Amino acid sequence: MLELITFSTLNGVLYGMLLFMMASGLTLIFSMMGVLNFAHASFYMLGAYFGFEISRRIGFWPGFFIAPLVVGAIGAVVERYGLRQVHRFGHVPELLFTFGLAFVIEELVQMFWGKLPADYRVPPSLDFIAFRLFDTTYPAYRMFMFLTAVAMFVFLLAILTRTRVGLIIQASLTHPNMVAMLGHDVPKIFMLVFGVGAALAGLAGVIAGPALVTQPSMAALLGPILFVVIVVGGLGSLSGAFVASILIGLVQTFAVAINASLTDVFGPSVGAALGDLGTVTVAQIAPIIPYVLLVLILIFRPTGLFGTRES
Amino acid sequence: MRAKLAAAAVAFALMGSTAYAQTIKIGYIDPLSGGGASVGEGGLKTFQYLAEQINAAGGLNGKKVEIIGFDNKTNPQETLVQAQKAIDQGVRFLTQGNGSSVAAALSDFVQKYNDRNPGKEVLYFNYAAVDPVLTNDKCNYWHFRWDANSDIKMSALTTFMKPRSNIKKVYLINQDYSFGQSVRTQARAMLKEKRSDIEIVGDELHPLLKITDFAPYVAKIKASGADTVVTGNWGQDIALLLKAAADAGLQVDWFTYYAGGAGGPTAIKQTGLNHRVFAIQEGVNNSAPAEAQKFETDFRAKSGIGLWYPRAVNEMRMFAKAVTEAKSDEPKAVAAKLEGMKFDVFDGGEGVMRKDDHQFFQDMYIASFGALDAGAKFDEEGTGWGWKEAGRVKAADTVLPTTCKMERPN
Repeated sequence: MLELITFSTLNGVLYGMLLFMMASGLTLIFSMMGVLNFAHASFYMLGAYFGFEISRRIGFWPGFFIAPLVVGAIGAVVERYGLRQVHRFGHVPELLFTFGLAFVIEELVQMFWGKLPADYRVPPSLDFIAFRLFDTTYPAYRMFMFLTAVAMFVFLLAILTRTRVGLIIQASLTHPNMVAMLGHDVPKIFMLVFGVGAALAGLAGVIAGPALVTQPSMAALLGPILFVVIVVGGLGSLSGAFVASILIGLVQTFAVAINASLTDVFGPSVGAALGDLGTVTVAQIAPIIPYVLLVLILIFRPTGLFGTRES
Repeated sequence: MRAKLAAAAVAFALMGSTAYAQTIKIGYIDPLSGGGASVGEGGLKTFQYLAEQINAAGGLNGKKVEIIGFDNKTNPQETLVQAQKAIDQGVRFLTQGNGSSVAAALSDFVQKYNDRNPGKEVLYFNYAAVDPVLTNDKCNYWHFRWDANSDIKMSALTTFMKPRSNIKKVYLINQDYSFGQSVRTQARAMLKEKRSDIEIVGDELHPLLKITDFAPYVAKIKASGADTVVTGNWGQDIALLLKAAADAGLQVDWFTYYAGGAGGPTAIKQTGLNHRVFAIQEGVNNSAPAEAQKFETDFRAKSGIGLWYPRAVNEMRMFAKAVTEAKSDEPKAVAAKLEGMKFDVFDGGEGVMRKDDHQFFQDMYIASFGALDAGAKFDEEGTGWGWKEAGRVKAADTVLPTTCKMERPN
């Protein structure tokens, strides 16, 4: 039992950290620009594919550094020449723009790399067992993913709270007009934030690619869960996104481990009355639990766990 | 000049249309994108290779065979759209294998289509969807299945497990849809009957082709103390499950249906479980007859993958036989020939397409995956490991009764 709890916690926190790498960018972009970026998970996919392409040409480590930068540059270009043009027509066109962009990126990825999963492997330098606990091994690559995510979190926090740029970003989150009045180039900050957000998603893709599966459907599989994270965490709240990411990661992992059904909880008589619903285990419905959480949060606490505003 | 050009254009158009009539089109409807794509692509290559062989030998009644791929994304609704699209292109034979939920929808579609369009019938050749219901309660005259159904496979697997006294605690993990559910029910029932001392320590159903990280599931298997896992998983669901097991260092025996599919062998090699992963198959390449080994060698050289579907060879060869014997590629005539057809199976022995339910019966094999014996020819996915025959069930012993009462056309 202790073993199951330990490893579920490890797996859950790791998955949560991965979610946070994407949710942080998404929530920053949303709170600053008011754009719900549907293409965010696509940047994650691009990161994975660029990482794959670079790693098979010159190695994993160059890919680890170059791929996120390339994805960030693409993000910045998308903001400068796409979103900014659409911005003047309001939020709905922006939303539709990112929505369309997600499909375009998916099709492009299929054109370049095909529909089959890419053979993106864990680099040999990280392909060993990190530690052994209760007779279960834990791969070093997962530790590396975890440490990368933590490093990124610390880095982001330091920039936002300790630097001038961070101050301006924080200010333009809430008072963009005032910041512009003070002489700062707000459109440029937007572009920067969008680029950095995309780069973070790209970094998540580079490190998740070998551990999960690098395939054209990876963006569509992960996209919806990101929205759950930013809604549960509270729109525009970075710490909220962090807590929500870890929470969702843990909820999903632990739900898989629980075999109880309604029949077990309320007894056979109630279970029989519920029919099939009575015998479905928590493990079986694990994938939909985050969405149930999304609906409940929107009903009972529309601002999210840490949010301060409703939209 | 202009008149000549026009005449030439008309002539070309006519030639085009005769060329059109001289191909027999087979619509291959399977996932070519998404979680099932890796196995779907492999199947397409296999069928295309088989069609090329038929064409190289002169075609069927002078006509070429063409395989056209349609991507159904493992989705029943999308399958029906693609099937209609195929029929609109002049396809009269459909083949599909991945996903019994898809197969049930397609079988139903074909039956309804044929009822409404007499004289334009379409046949459905099923090479891998193994839900027993397709040749039992929901059987259909226009559907033919070359893969042994799930009950036949589970019966053979459990017979093989029976004398293995090291099996004490079994964990079941399956995909949450009709096929996975039938695997778990049958496994429970048959293990109880053959080895009542075995304890089922886990019975998991997970979403179909959506999981990218099986680590939480493997942690659970580990915690249950199981010494054996039984799974019907296919596509990425078996490859990623084995990969996660390798990461966690899970040391158990595996009894599977499809560990041989894309990515499976690579993952087994990672687990280091030498000859502890078993799969039920309709042939074992390393001990197959010489003719089958030659076929596999040529196929590998051409396509770059192993032959996952020996049953596809049986399917296409029996189709060719039926068309040639009937001297017609009218689906109705072909179906009448296929019913009850006896055939020398690709991997040896004689098989029969049972008339009552259109289920094909042949010898079944249980193979283990591990280090190659001296003289063994085939490894998988460049791992240096390959399949070895561990058990065999005669065709006659795989026959299970059917509840099928099909309506035959007049």
